Amino acid sequence: MPLKVIEKRDVEPLVRHLMERFQVVGIKKKDGKNTYGVIESPAELRLDSCATITSPKKYFFPQRETLLQFAVDGSWEPQAVVEAQPRIIFGMRPCDIAATWMLDMAFSEVNPDANYLEKRKRALIIGVDCKEPCDEYCFCKSMGTLEVETGYDLFFTAADDTYIVRTGTPEGEALLEEWGKAREALYEDRVKLRAVQREKDERFKEALEFDVEELPRFLEDSYRSLLWDVLGEKCLSCGSCNLVCPTCYCFNVLDEVKLNLSEGERYRVWDSCQLEGFAKVATGENFRERRGDRVRHRFFRKGKYMKEMFGRFGCVGCGRCTRACLVHINPIEVYNQLKGGE
Amino acid sequence: MDARLLPTVDLDTIFRPRLAQLLNVEEMTAKEKLFTFQFKDGTPLGQDPGQFVEVSAFGIGEAPISVSSSPTRGDTFELCVRAVGNVTNALHRMAPGATVGIRGPFGRGFPVEEMRGRNVLFVAGGLGLVPLRSLIHAVLDMRQDFGAVTILYGTKNPSELLFRNELAQWEARDDVDYQVTVDVADESWRGNVGVITTLFRGLPVDPRNTVAVIVGPPVMYRFVIREVLGKGLPMGRILVSLERRMKCGVGKCGHCQINGVYVCQKGPVFTYAELRNLQEAI
Repeated sequence: MPLKVIEKRDVEPLVRHLMERFQVVGIKKKDGKNTYGVIESPAELRLDSCATITSPKKYFFPQRETLLQFAVDGSWEPQAVVEAQPRIIFGMRPCDIAATWMLDMAFSEVNPDANYLEKRKRALIIGVDCKEPCDEYCFCKSMGTLEVETGYDLFFTAADDTYIVRTGTPEGEALLEEWGKAREALYEDRVKLRAVQREKDERFKEALEFDVEELPRFLEDSYRSLLWDVLGEKCLSCGSCNLVCPTCYCFNVLDEVKLNLSEGERYRVWDSCQLEGFAKVATGENFRERRGDRVRHRFFRKGKYMKEMFGRFGCVGCGRCTRACLVHINPIEVYNQLKGGE
Repeated sequence: MDARLLPTVDLDTIFRPRLAQLLNVEEMTAKEKLFTFQFKDGTPLGQDPGQFVEVSAFGIGEAPISVSSSPTRGDTFELCVRAVGNVTNALHRMAPGATVGIRGPFGRGFPVEEMRGRNVLFVAGGLGLVPLRSLIHAVLDMRQDFGAVTILYGTKNPSELLFRNELAQWEARDDVDYQVTVDVADESWRGNVGVITTLFRGLPVDPRNTVAVIVGPPVMYRFVIREVLGKGLPMGRILVSLERRMKCGVGKCGHCQINGVYVCQKGPVFTYAELRNLQEAI
């Protein structure tokens, strides 16, 4: 795929151009915090800021999403609802691109989920490279998500007054083609890109004291560790970690009746495996009643179960759960403790 | 991944139920009713014994319910339901003619084909008879294909016994060894008293050619599996069906997960060999 170059000053016009055809989503300031939101004017888009509270998964898997419309008395066939619109996510970080890959797998395996996949397929992803770590909580380098090879339509890397743009798909290439203001990269641009990548890599430090491929084994060996009890005593079971996680995709399904009392809709909402009732069945049996068991379940999903199911880790090292955790449970510390000082 | 690699999907999604009509309601006990349904388009459910469906009471919600009838018995299907939550209480308020939504059948049922030619030892505790009945009917409808058939059934007290007419029929058959026990008797009870493991004393089981199929509450598994292991059965011929909160039924929502396994996909029927290393299973 060809390498292109865009002047930094041309990004605003590009965004304005894209906004004519797409809903453009990107990182902007909201109440002083960085957040992914719909870009209302091109100047809002902040390509150089990171560490958003929530992840862009909400554009493929919204917090609340209608699945079905029905008649309460069943007098007409229930209608499946799939909401999707053309959208560009401009400025997705490598960790979130890696997380999107994970969600793609989860929602396309076995029983493809149209509600996710239609939104996903109608979206174009423009990635932006990180320059330095968000803060002391991110550990993407250790999780292997600092660099992404695929999963984007275009990928921007800042170099001096330009963005050097990798094209990942024909759709991404067509987008630039049609806009017409990107130029072909020259030899100097390629040299510059490699230098920027090298400098970037040096700024990111390894946070784990072991090769992450060993994580499933460390978890397996620690299933009965007292560490889970200790974490369970700290954890407040608030579920914040699940809400901010870019790869958590568990949900609950609920019905709501309209005011006319004859029709209604069924919708899904994000759910949390940390909440006490998550695995409870109607007869009262609760299969993960202890908080430590629920904390362990989450760490095992991220570090073992999803890896076994989909071939990659459910944790991308974005650090969001640590930032959101009220009692400072930090996966870097947990993973390193699991290693056990071998 | 590259969006072009994502599968094409039917916009008539995995979350849309089909409409089914309630044909008949039969009171089983103070808490359980047996519901007979038929799809409005007349198609059979097409279930394997041991599978479950997601039942919609529109406006209330959806709940996973095991199918209690065998595919060997016609185009209707039966669900035996205890009134215990929002959806199941809504079902209990319904009368024949009412409409529900059905998704499924879902999950892996009992491996009927692999069981052919073998002796079958059924062990049901309480509501466990509900999913087990679908297999018992299938086995009895193909009786000549199986060896010795034993049915052990236990409930807390006589008032909780389900499918009483059928229990009497099983009792009367020469080709079925049917035994029942209750934890606590009442004045009318003349049968065995004691937990279900008491029925194993002196029970003849040929470990070379028997499949044990056990369905009941979690506490029962721990004790009954011990009994059948004690009879010499290999772990791969001990089958159980696990109850979990299958919210979506299609391997997405996460509620039914046991360690790394989605029960709605790999189960609800498992061999003990598959479960012995899943610490959260039983």
